[in-house]
Amino acid sequence: MYVAVKGGEAAIDNAHRLLADRRRGDRDVPALGLAQIVEQLALAVDRVMAEGSLYDRELAALAIRQARGDLIEAIFLTRAYRTTLPRFGYSRPVDTAAMQVERRVSATYKDLPGGQLLGPTFDYTHRLLDPELAGDAIVEAPAVRPEAPEPMPRVTEILAQEGLIEPDGAAPTGTEPGDITRQPAEYPMERDVRLQALSRGDEGFLLALAYSTQRGYGRSHPFVGEIRIGEVEIELEVPELPFPVPLGRIRVTECQMVNQFKGSMKAPPQFTRGYGLVMGQSERKAMAMSLCDRALRAGEFGEDLVAPAQDQEFVIAHSDNVQATGFVEHLKLPHYVDFQAELDLVRRMRGEFEERQGATSARKEAAE
Amino acid sequence: MASAPRDRMRDQDENARRKAAMAALAAAPADDLLTLWQDAGFIVEARPLRGPETGLVTLRGRMGGGGAPFNFGEATVTRATVKLASGEIGHAYALGRDREKARISATIDALWQRAETRAAVEERIIAPLAARASQADAQSRAETAATRVDFFTMVRGED
Repeated sequence: MYVAVKGGEAAIDNAHRLLADRRRGDRDVPALGLAQIVEQLALAVDRVMAEGSLYDRELAALAIRQARGDLIEAIFLTRAYRTTLPRFGYSRPVDTAAMQVERRVSATYKDLPGGQLLGPTFDYTHRLLDPELAGDAIVEAPAVRPEAPEPMPRVTEILAQEGLIEPDGAAPTGTEPGDITRQPAEYPMERDVRLQALSRGDEGFLLALAYSTQRGYGRSHPFVGEIRIGEVEIELEVPELPFPVPLGRIRVTECQMVNQFKGSMKAPPQFTRGYGLVMGQSERKAMAMSLCDRALRAGEFGEDLVAPAQDQEFVIAHSDNVQATGFVEHLKLPHYVDFQAELDLVRRMRGEFEERQGATSARKEAAE
Repeated sequence: MASAPRDRMRDQDENARRKAAMAALAAAPADDLLTLWQDAGFIVEARPLRGPETGLVTLRGRMGGGGAPFNFGEATVTRATVKLASGEIGHAYALGRDREKARISATIDALWQRAETRAAVEERIIAPLAARASQADAQSRAETAATRVDFFTMVRGED
Protein backbone atom coordinates (compact mmCIF):
# COMPACT_ATOMS: atom_id res chain seq x y z
CA MET A 1 0.00 0.00 0.00
CA TYR A 2 1.27 3.48 -0.87
CA VAL A 3 0.57 6.13 1.74
CA ALA A 4 1.17 9.77 0.89
CA VAL A 5 2.53 11.84 3.74
CA LYS A 6 2.30 15.58 4.00
CA GLY A 7 4.19 17.86 6.30
CA GLY A 8 7.05 20.22 6.70
CA GLU A 9 5.39 23.30 5.21
CA ALA A 10 6.10 25.46 8.23
CA ALA A 11 9.61 24.02 8.49
CA ILE A 12 10.30 24.82 4.81
CA ASP A 13 8.99 28.38 5.13
CA ASN A 14 11.10 29.00 8.18
CA ALA A 15 14.15 27.40 6.57
CA HIS A 16 13.86 29.77 3.62
CA ARG A 17 13.44 32.69 5.98
CA LEU A 18 16.55 31.56 7.83
CA LEU A 19 18.37 31.24 4.51
CA ALA A 20 17.46 34.85 3.67
CA ASP A 21 18.81 35.96 7.02
CA ARG A 22 22.08 34.04 6.70
CA ARG A 23 22.48 35.25 3.13
CA ARG A 24 22.31 38.82 4.33
CA GLY A 25 24.61 38.07 7.27
CA ASP A 26 25.61 40.73 9.80
CA ARG A 27 23.38 43.77 9.16
CA ASP A 28 26.19 46.07 10.30
CA VAL A 29 28.13 45.06 7.17
CA PRO A 30 26.87 46.93 4.08
CA ALA A 31 24.90 44.81 1.58
CA LEU A 32 26.69 43.84 -1.64
CA GLY A 33 25.47 45.69 -4.71
CA LEU A 34 25.21 43.91 -8.06
CA ALA A 35 27.56 46.49 -9.57
CA GLN A 36 30.18 45.53 -6.98
CA ILE A 37 29.88 41.88 -7.94
CA VAL A 38 30.01 42.68 -11.66
CA GLU A 39 33.06 44.92 -11.26
CA GLN A 40 35.04 43.23 -8.51
CA LEU A 41 34.10 39.55 -8.80
CA ALA A 42 34.13 39.69 -12.59
CA LEU A 43 35.59 36.24 -13.16
CA ALA A 44 32.98 34.57 -10.94
CA VAL A 45 30.38 36.41 -13.00
CA ASP A 46 32.05 35.14 -16.19
CA ARG A 47 32.00 31.57 -14.93
CA VAL A 48 28.31 31.76 -14.08
CA MET A 49 27.56 33.21 -17.52
CA ALA A 50 29.62 30.54 -19.31
CA GLU A 51 28.24 27.53 -17.46
CA GLY A 52 24.78 29.03 -17.03
CA SER A 53 25.07 29.49 -20.81
CA LEU A 54 23.55 32.97 -20.64
CA TYR A 55 25.45 36.17 -21.35
CA ASP A 56 24.07 38.78 -18.96
CA ARG A 57 26.45 40.13 -16.33
CA GLU A 58 23.86 41.65 -14.06
CA LEU A 59 21.74 38.49 -13.98
CA ALA A 60 24.82 36.42 -13.20
CA ALA A 61 25.69 38.83 -10.37
CA LEU A 62 22.16 38.54 -8.99
CA ALA A 63 22.41 34.76 -9.17
CA ILE A 64 25.74 34.82 -7.30
CA ARG A 65 24.28 36.99 -4.59
CA GLN A 66 21.13 34.91 -4.29
CA ALA A 67 23.23 31.71 -4.14
CA ARG A 68 25.47 33.16 -1.41
CA GLY A 69 28.44 32.72 -3.70
CA ASP A 70 27.71 29.04 -4.46
CA LEU A 71 28.57 29.18 -8.16
CA ILE A 72 26.92 25.91 -9.16
CA GLU A 73 23.69 27.06 -7.46
CA ALA A 74 24.06 30.40 -9.30
CA ILE A 75 24.53 28.54 -12.60
CA PHE A 76 21.39 26.52 -11.83
CA LEU A 77 19.43 29.76 -11.20
CA THR A 78 20.70 31.22 -14.47
CA ARG A 79 19.71 28.12 -16.45
CA ALA A 80 16.26 28.16 -14.89
CA TYR A 81 15.82 31.83 -15.76
CA ARG A 82 16.73 31.37 -19.42
CA THR A 83 13.94 28.86 -19.91
CA THR A 84 11.44 31.67 -19.19
CA LEU A 85 12.50 33.76 -22.19
CA PRO A 86 11.38 33.50 -25.82
CA ARG A 87 14.06 32.94 -28.45
CA PHE A 88 14.63 35.61 -31.10
CA GLY A 89 17.03 33.59 -33.21
CA TYR A 90 20.59 32.42 -33.84
CA SER A 91 23.35 34.99 -34.18
CA ARG A 92 25.75 35.11 -37.11
CA PRO A 93 28.95 33.27 -36.16
CA VAL A 94 31.26 35.61 -34.26
CA ASP A 95 34.50 36.62 -35.99
CA THR A 96 37.29 36.16 -33.46
CA ALA A 97 39.90 37.48 -35.92
CA ALA A 98 38.16 40.88 -35.68
CA MET A 99 38.13 40.80 -31.87
CA GLN A 100 38.87 43.93 -29.81
CA VAL A 101 41.72 42.07 -28.13
CA GLU A 102 42.46 42.45 -24.40
CA ARG A 103 44.91 39.59 -24.13
CA ARG A 104 46.63 37.46 -26.72
CA VAL A 105 49.46 35.03 -26.20
CA SER A 106 50.99 32.25 -28.23
CA ALA A 107 53.26 29.54 -26.88
CA THR A 108 54.28 28.41 -30.38
CA TYR A 109 55.46 31.67 -32.02
CA LYS A 110 57.42 34.39 -30.28
CA ASP A 111 57.10 36.99 -33.01
CA LEU A 112 53.74 37.13 -34.62
CA PRO A 113 51.67 39.90 -36.22
CA GLY A 114 50.01 41.86 -33.44
CA GLY A 115 52.50 40.61 -30.85
CA GLN A 116 52.13 38.94 -27.49
CA LEU A 117 49.78 40.94 -25.30
CA LEU A 118 49.64 39.85 -21.68
CA GLY A 119 46.57 41.85 -20.69
CA PRO A 120 45.09 41.58 -17.18
CA THR A 121 46.61 38.20 -16.27
CA PHE A 122 47.40 36.32 -13.05
CA ASP A 123 50.41 34.80 -14.85
CA TYR A 124 53.79 35.84 -13.46
CA THR A 125 52.26 36.96 -10.16
CA HIS A 126 53.89 35.32 -7.12
CA ARG A 127 50.62 34.05 -5.67
CA LEU A 128 51.35 35.75 -2.37
CA LEU A 129 48.34 37.13 -0.56
CA ASP A 130 48.37 40.91 -0.66
CA PRO A 131 47.43 42.45 2.70
CA GLU A 132 46.81 45.79 0.96
CA LEU A 133 43.75 44.29 -0.71
CA ALA A 134 42.16 43.83 2.70
CA GLY A 135 41.61 47.56 2.66
CA ASP A 136 40.63 49.97 -0.07
CA ALA A 137 44.04 51.24 -1.17
CA ILE A 138 44.14 53.54 -4.16
CA VAL A 139 44.82 51.62 -7.36
CA GLU A 140 47.00 53.12 -10.08
CA ALA A 141 45.49 53.77 -13.49
CA PRO A 142 46.81 51.32 -16.12
CA ALA A 143 49.84 52.22 -18.22
CA VAL A 144 49.03 53.15 -21.81
CA ARG A 145 50.86 52.80 -25.10
CA PRO A 146 48.71 54.55 -27.70
CA GLU A 147 48.84 52.76 -31.04
CA ALA A 148 46.88 52.50 -34.23
CA PRO A 149 44.81 49.31 -34.47
CA GLU A 150 46.82 46.47 -35.94
CA PRO A 151 45.36 43.37 -37.58
CA MET A 152 45.79 40.30 -35.43
CA PRO A 153 45.29 37.18 -37.55
CA ARG A 154 44.70 33.93 -35.69
CA VAL A 155 47.95 32.03 -35.24
CA THR A 156 46.48 28.92 -36.83
CA GLU A 157 46.23 30.86 -40.10
CA ILE A 158 49.99 31.39 -40.02
CA LEU A 159 50.71 27.70 -39.45
CA ALA A 160 48.19 26.77 -42.12
CA GLN A 161 50.40 28.34 -44.79
CA GLU A 162 52.90 25.49 -44.45
CA GLY A 163 50.18 22.89 -44.86
CA LEU A 164 51.38 21.07 -41.78
CA ILE A 165 48.30 21.85 -39.76
CA GLU A 166 44.79 20.69 -40.34
CA PRO A 167 42.26 23.32 -41.45
CA ASP A 168 39.60 24.84 -39.18
CA GLY A 169 37.04 22.09 -39.62
CA ALA A 170 34.30 22.44 -42.19
CA ALA A 171 30.80 21.01 -42.14
CA PRO A 172 28.95 19.66 -45.16
CA THR A 173 27.27 22.68 -46.78
CA GLY A 174 23.68 23.34 -45.87
CA THR A 175 23.80 21.62 -42.50
CA GLU A 176 22.50 23.61 -39.55
CA PRO A 177 24.50 23.29 -36.34
CA GLY A 178 22.86 21.05 -33.74
CA ASP A 179 21.50 22.58 -30.55
CA ILE A 180 21.52 20.67 -27.25
CA THR A 181 18.96 23.07 -25.83
CA ARG A 182 16.50 21.87 -28.46
CA GLN A 183 17.35 18.27 -29.29
CA PRO A 184 18.08 15.42 -26.90
CA ALA A 185 21.68 14.22 -26.79
CA GLU A 186 22.47 11.32 -29.11
CA TYR A 187 25.69 9.38 -29.38
CA PRO A 188 27.87 9.33 -31.35
CA MET A 189 27.67 13.11 -31.26
CA GLU A 190 28.93 15.46 -33.96
CA ARG A 191 31.70 17.94 -33.15
CA ASP A 192 29.42 21.02 -33.33
CA VAL A 193 27.15 19.63 -30.63
CA ARG A 194 30.09 18.45 -28.52
CA LEU A 195 31.58 21.95 -28.64
CA GLN A 196 28.30 23.42 -27.45
CA ALA A 197 28.20 21.01 -24.52
CA LEU A 198 31.87 21.62 -23.69
CA SER A 199 31.47 25.39 -23.83
CA ARG A 200 28.92 25.25 -21.01
CA GLY A 201 30.42 22.23 -19.27
CA ASP A 202 31.74 22.31 -15.73
CA GLU A 203 35.16 23.92 -15.56
CA GLY A 204 36.40 21.58 -12.84
CA PHE A 205 35.33 18.44 -14.69
CA LEU A 206 36.82 19.55 -18.00
CA LEU A 207 39.99 20.72 -16.27
CA ALA A 208 40.45 17.30 -14.67
CA LEU A 209 39.85 15.50 -17.97
CA ALA A 210 42.22 17.85 -19.80
CA TYR A 211 44.83 17.16 -17.13
CA SER A 212 44.31 13.42 -17.55
CA THR A 213 45.21 13.69 -21.26
CA GLN A 214 48.47 15.41 -20.31
CA ARG A 215 49.27 12.69 -17.80
CA GLY A 216 49.01 9.95 -20.40
CA TYR A 217 45.34 8.99 -20.52
CA GLY A 218 44.97 9.63 -24.25
CA ARG A 219 48.26 11.36 -24.85
CA SER A 220 47.86 14.46 -27.02
CA HIS A 221 51.17 16.48 -27.11
CA PRO A 222 49.49 19.87 -26.90
CA PHE A 223 50.86 23.39 -27.48
CA VAL A 224 48.90 26.57 -27.00
CA GLY A 225 48.84 27.94 -30.54
CA GLU A 226 47.00 30.95 -29.25
CA ILE A 227 44.78 32.25 -26.50
CA ARG A 228 42.89 35.46 -27.10
CA ILE A 229 40.45 37.28 -24.86
CA GLY A 230 38.41 40.26 -25.95
CA GLU A 231 35.15 41.53 -27.31
CA VAL A 232 33.42 40.33 -30.46
CA GLU A 233 30.46 41.84 -32.28
CA ILE A 234 27.16 39.97 -32.26
CA GLU A 235 24.85 40.29 -35.25
CA LEU A 236 21.43 38.80 -35.84
CA GLU A 237 19.52 38.29 -39.10
CA VAL A 238 15.95 39.51 -38.67
CA PRO A 239 13.17 39.55 -41.26
CA GLU A 240 12.26 43.22 -40.67
CA LEU A 241 15.66 44.61 -41.65
CA PRO A 242 17.62 44.26 -44.91
CA PHE A 243 20.92 43.80 -43.03
CA PRO A 244 22.07 41.78 -40.01
CA VAL A 245 21.25 43.90 -36.98
CA PRO A 246 24.16 44.68 -34.62
CA LEU A 247 23.41 43.78 -31.00
CA GLY A 248 26.57 45.00 -29.29
CA ARG A 249 29.67 43.15 -28.13
CA ILE A 250 30.35 40.31 -25.73
CA ARG A 251 33.62 39.19 -24.18
CA VAL A 252 34.85 35.72 -25.06
CA THR A 253 37.97 33.63 -24.58
CA GLU A 254 39.28 31.57 -27.47
CA CYS A 255 41.94 28.88 -27.27
CA GLN A 256 43.61 27.25 -30.25
CA MET A 257 45.38 24.13 -29.07
CA VAL A 258 47.81 22.58 -31.54
CA ASN A 259 48.64 18.92 -31.11
CA GLN A 260 51.51 17.01 -32.61
CA PHE A 261 50.18 13.91 -34.30
CA LYS A 262 52.42 11.16 -35.57
CA GLY A 263 49.95 9.94 -38.12
CA SER A 264 47.82 6.81 -38.39
CA MET A 265 46.42 4.55 -41.10
CA LYS A 266 43.83 7.27 -41.69
CA ALA A 267 45.78 10.53 -41.52
CA PRO A 268 49.37 11.67 -42.28
CA PRO A 269 51.69 13.15 -39.64
CA GLN A 270 50.65 16.74 -38.98
CA PHE A 271 49.52 19.15 -36.32
CA THR A 272 45.92 18.53 -35.36
CA ARG A 273 43.81 20.93 -33.38
CA GLY A 274 41.46 21.35 -30.48
CA TYR A 275 39.27 24.40 -30.10
CA GLY A 276 37.92 26.26 -27.10
CA LEU A 277 35.45 29.15 -27.10
CA VAL A 278 33.94 30.31 -23.82
CA MET A 279 31.97 33.36 -22.72
CA GLY A 280 33.81 35.92 -20.62
CA GLN A 281 37.42 35.86 -19.46
CA SER A 282 37.72 32.13 -18.85
CA GLU A 283 41.18 31.08 -19.90
CA ARG A 284 41.51 27.88 -17.86
CA LYS A 285 38.14 26.72 -19.13
CA ALA A 286 38.90 27.55 -22.77
CA MET A 287 42.20 25.63 -22.54
CA ALA A 288 40.54 22.64 -20.91
CA MET A 289 37.79 22.74 -23.52
CA SER A 290 40.28 22.70 -26.39
CA LEU A 291 42.17 19.74 -24.90
CA CYS A 292 38.91 17.83 -24.43
CA ASP A 293 37.76 18.74 -27.95
CA ARG A 294 40.95 17.27 -29.39
CA ALA A 295 40.76 14.14 -27.23
CA LEU A 296 37.16 13.56 -28.33
CA ARG A 297 38.25 13.69 -31.98
CA ALA A 298 40.32 10.52 -31.54
CA GLY A 299 38.00 8.55 -33.81
CA GLU A 300 38.45 11.02 -36.68
CA PHE A 301 42.20 10.41 -36.68
CA GLY A 302 42.01 6.66 -36.25
CA GLU A 303 43.51 6.77 -32.75
CA ASP A 304 42.83 3.98 -30.28
CA LEU A 305 40.09 4.87 -27.81
CA VAL A 306 41.76 4.02 -24.54
CA ALA A 307 41.13 6.91 -22.15
CA PRO A 308 38.12 8.46 -20.41
CA ALA A 309 38.71 11.85 -22.10
CA GLN A 310 38.26 10.17 -25.51
CA ASP A 311 34.90 8.66 -24.58
CA GLN A 312 32.19 10.99 -25.92
CA GLU A 313 29.39 9.70 -23.80
CA PHE A 314 31.47 9.64 -20.64
CA VAL A 315 32.67 13.22 -21.19
CA ILE A 316 29.59 14.93 -22.58
CA ALA A 317 26.97 13.15 -20.48
CA HIS A 318 28.79 14.10 -17.28
CA SER A 319 30.05 17.57 -18.18
CA ASP A 320 26.91 19.50 -17.26
CA ASN A 321 27.06 20.51 -13.62
CA VAL A 322 23.37 21.38 -13.41
CA GLN A 323 22.43 17.85 -14.44
CA ALA A 324 25.13 16.39 -12.24
CA THR A 325 24.18 18.36 -9.17
CA GLY A 326 20.50 17.62 -9.72
CA PHE A 327 21.06 13.89 -9.77
CA VAL A 328 23.58 13.76 -6.96
CA GLU A 329 21.72 16.19 -4.72
CA HIS A 330 18.29 14.66 -5.20
CA LEU A 331 19.53 11.82 -2.99
CA LYS A 332 19.04 14.01 0.07
CA LEU A 333 15.34 14.53 -0.60
CA PRO A 334 12.91 12.27 1.29
CA HIS A 335 13.13 8.68 0.05
CA TYR A 336 11.24 7.30 3.05
CA VAL A 337 8.95 5.01 1.09
CA ASP A 338 11.71 3.75 -1.22
CA PHE A 339 13.86 3.11 1.79
CA GLN A 340 11.09 1.28 3.68
CA ALA A 341 10.64 -1.04 0.71
CA GLU A 342 14.38 -1.65 0.53
CA LEU A 343 14.50 -2.24 4.27
CA ASP A 344 11.83 -4.94 3.98
CA LEU A 345 13.72 -6.52 1.12
CA VAL A 346 17.05 -6.55 2.94
CA ARG A 347 15.39 -7.97 6.11
CA ARG A 348 13.88 -10.77 4.07
CA MET A 349 17.17 -11.53 2.29
CA ARG A 350 19.02 -11.44 5.60
CA GLY A 351 16.46 -13.86 7.08
CA GLU A 352 16.94 -16.25 4.16
CA PHE A 353 20.73 -15.93 4.40
CA GLU A 354 20.67 -16.75 8.13
CA GLU A 355 18.31 -19.66 7.54
CA ARG A 356 20.71 -21.06 4.92
CA GLN A 357 23.68 -20.57 7.27
CA GLY A 358 21.74 -22.31 10.05
CA ALA A 359 20.91 -25.19 7.75
CA THR A 360 24.54 -25.56 6.61
CA SER A 361 25.94 -25.60 10.14
CA ALA A 362 23.24 -28.08 11.21
CA ARG A 363 24.27 -30.32 8.31
CA LYS A 364 27.95 -29.97 9.30
CA GLU A 365 27.17 -30.88 12.89
CA ALA A 366 25.16 -33.86 11.76
CA ALA A 367 28.02 -35.00 9.51
CA GLU A 368 30.52 -34.73 12.38
CA MET B 1 16.06 50.61 -65.92
CA ALA B 2 19.43 52.30 -66.35
CA SER B 3 19.11 53.88 -62.94
CA ALA B 4 18.51 50.56 -61.16
CA PRO B 5 22.16 49.82 -60.28
CA ARG B 6 22.56 53.35 -58.99
CA ASP B 7 19.44 52.92 -56.83
CA ARG B 8 20.82 49.69 -55.50
CA MET B 9 24.08 51.38 -54.62
CA ARG B 10 22.22 54.15 -52.87
CA ASP B 11 20.19 51.58 -50.93
CA GLN B 12 23.34 49.76 -49.94
CA ASP B 13 24.94 52.96 -48.77
CA GLU B 14 21.83 53.92 -46.85
CA ASN B 15 21.63 50.45 -45.27
CA ALA B 16 25.27 50.65 -44.20
CA ARG B 17 24.71 54.05 -42.59
CA ARG B 18 21.55 52.92 -40.82
CA LYS B 19 23.33 49.80 -39.61
CA ALA B 20 26.19 51.92 -38.24
CA ALA B 21 23.66 54.11 -36.42
CA MET B 22 21.94 51.04 -34.96
CA ALA B 23 25.33 49.66 -33.91
CA ALA B 24 26.12 52.90 -32.06
CA LEU B 25 22.73 52.74 -30.32
CA ALA B 26 23.07 49.06 -29.38
CA ALA B 27 26.56 49.54 -27.96
CA ALA B 28 25.68 52.71 -26.04
CA PRO B 29 25.61 52.66 -22.23
CA ALA B 30 21.98 53.31 -21.28
CA ASP B 31 22.79 56.45 -19.26
CA ASP B 32 24.71 58.06 -22.12
CA LEU B 33 21.91 57.34 -24.54
CA LEU B 34 19.24 58.70 -22.23
CA THR B 35 21.14 61.95 -21.60
CA LEU B 36 21.84 62.53 -25.30
CA TRP B 37 18.22 61.73 -26.16
CA GLN B 38 16.88 64.21 -23.61
CA ASP B 39 19.36 66.89 -24.64
CA ALA B 40 18.60 66.39 -28.34
CA GLY B 41 15.11 67.74 -27.64
CA PHE B 42 13.12 65.87 -30.29
CA ILE B 43 9.40 66.24 -29.78
CA VAL B 44 7.93 63.09 -31.20
CA GLU B 45 4.98 60.80 -30.76
CA ALA B 46 6.09 57.16 -31.18
CA ARG B 47 3.44 54.45 -30.96
CA PRO B 48 4.75 51.05 -29.78
CA LEU B 49 4.16 48.33 -32.38
CA ARG B 50 6.09 45.58 -30.60
CA GLY B 51 7.69 45.35 -27.19
CA PRO B 52 9.89 46.45 -25.64
CA GLU B 53 10.45 42.75 -24.98
CA THR B 54 13.35 40.66 -23.76
CA GLY B 55 14.34 37.33 -25.25
CA LEU B 56 17.31 35.16 -26.10
CA VAL B 57 19.68 35.05 -29.01
CA THR B 58 21.74 31.91 -29.39
CA LEU B 59 25.38 32.82 -29.94
CA ARG B 60 27.38 31.10 -32.64
CA GLY B 61 31.07 30.60 -33.08
CA ARG B 62 33.11 28.69 -35.65
CA MET B 63 35.22 25.57 -35.11
CA GLY B 64 38.86 26.60 -35.07
CA GLY B 65 37.72 30.22 -35.45
CA GLY B 66 36.88 30.01 -39.15
CA GLY B 67 35.29 26.60 -39.70
CA ALA B 68 31.79 25.20 -39.39
CA PRO B 69 29.43 27.10 -37.09
CA PHE B 70 28.35 25.82 -33.67
CA ASN B 71 26.21 27.25 -30.86
CA PHE B 72 28.06 28.19 -27.71
CA GLY B 73 25.44 29.79 -25.49
CA GLU B 74 22.77 32.43 -25.34
CA ALA B 75 22.52 36.10 -24.51
CA THR B 76 19.67 38.27 -23.31
CA VAL B 77 18.51 40.70 -25.98
CA THR B 78 15.81 43.38 -25.78
CA ARG B 79 14.01 44.70 -28.82
CA ALA B 80 11.35 47.26 -29.61
CA THR B 81 9.51 48.53 -32.66
CA VAL B 82 7.74 51.87 -32.83
CA LYS B 83 5.83 53.86 -35.45
CA LEU B 84 5.91 57.63 -35.81
CA ALA B 85 2.80 59.65 -36.63
CA SER B 86 4.48 60.41 -39.98
CA GLY B 87 4.60 56.65 -40.72
CA GLU B 88 8.26 55.67 -40.24
CA ILE B 89 8.80 52.38 -38.40
CA GLY B 90 11.84 52.19 -36.16
CA HIS B 91 13.47 49.03 -34.82
CA ALA B 92 15.93 48.48 -32.01
CA TYR B 93 17.83 45.42 -30.81
CA ALA B 94 20.47 45.38 -28.09
CA LEU B 95 22.14 42.95 -25.74
CA GLY B 96 20.81 43.12 -22.20
CA ARG B 97 17.42 43.76 -20.64
CA ASP B 98 17.03 47.53 -20.81
CA ARG B 99 13.54 48.19 -22.14
CA GLU B 100 13.75 51.96 -21.95
CA LYS B 101 16.94 51.91 -23.98
CA ALA B 102 15.24 49.72 -26.62
CA ARG B 103 12.21 51.99 -26.80
CA ILE B 104 14.32 55.14 -27.18
CA SER B 105 16.63 53.46 -29.71
CA ALA B 106 13.67 52.38 -31.84
CA THR B 107 12.33 55.94 -31.81
CA ILE B 108 15.75 57.23 -32.82
CA ASP B 109 15.92 54.68 -35.65
CA ALA B 110 12.53 55.90 -36.89
CA LEU B 111 13.67 59.54 -36.73
CA TRP B 112 16.85 58.56 -38.60
CA GLN B 113 14.70 57.34 -41.48
CA ARG B 114 12.84 60.62 -41.74
CA ALA B 115 14.64 62.93 -44.15
CA GLU B 116 13.93 66.06 -42.06
CA THR B 117 15.38 64.65 -38.83
CA ARG B 118 18.22 62.39 -40.03
CA ALA B 119 20.98 65.00 -39.91
CA ALA B 120 19.97 66.13 -36.42
CA VAL B 121 19.87 62.52 -35.18
CA GLU B 122 23.31 61.85 -36.63
CA GLU B 123 24.77 65.03 -35.19
CA ARG B 124 23.18 65.06 -31.73
CA ILE B 125 23.04 61.36 -30.90
CA ILE B 126 24.85 58.97 -33.25
CA ALA B 127 28.07 60.93 -33.74
CA PRO B 128 28.61 61.59 -30.00
CA LEU B 129 27.91 57.93 -29.18
CA ALA B 130 30.28 56.71 -31.90
CA ALA B 131 32.96 59.14 -30.75
CA ARG B 132 32.70 57.96 -27.14
CA ALA B 133 32.80 54.33 -28.20
CA SER B 134 35.87 54.77 -30.38
CA GLN B 135 37.59 56.73 -27.63
CA ALA B 136 36.84 53.96 -25.14
CA ASP B 137 38.17 51.38 -27.61
CA ALA B 138 41.33 53.39 -28.19
CA GLN B 139 41.87 53.67 -24.44
CA SER B 140 41.40 49.92 -23.92
CA ARG B 141 43.69 49.19 -26.89
CA ALA B 142 46.38 51.46 -25.44
CA GLU B 143 46.09 49.74 -22.05
CA THR B 144 46.45 46.36 -23.70
CA ALA B 145 49.33 47.54 -25.90
CA ALA B 146 51.24 48.59 -22.78
CA THR B 147 51.31 44.88 -21.84
CA ARG B 148 52.94 43.85 -25.15
CA VAL B 149 56.09 41.80 -24.64
CA ASP B 150 59.17 43.34 -26.27
CA PHE B 151 61.59 40.47 -26.64
CA PHE B 152 65.32 41.05 -26.62
CA THR B 153 68.06 38.51 -27.15
CA MET B 154 70.59 37.84 -24.42
CA VAL B 155 74.11 37.17 -25.67
CA ARG B 156 75.54 34.25 -23.80
CA GLY B 157 79.25 33.69 -22.97
CA GLU B 158 81.19 30.77 -24.49
CA ASP B 159 83.49 32.93 -26.68
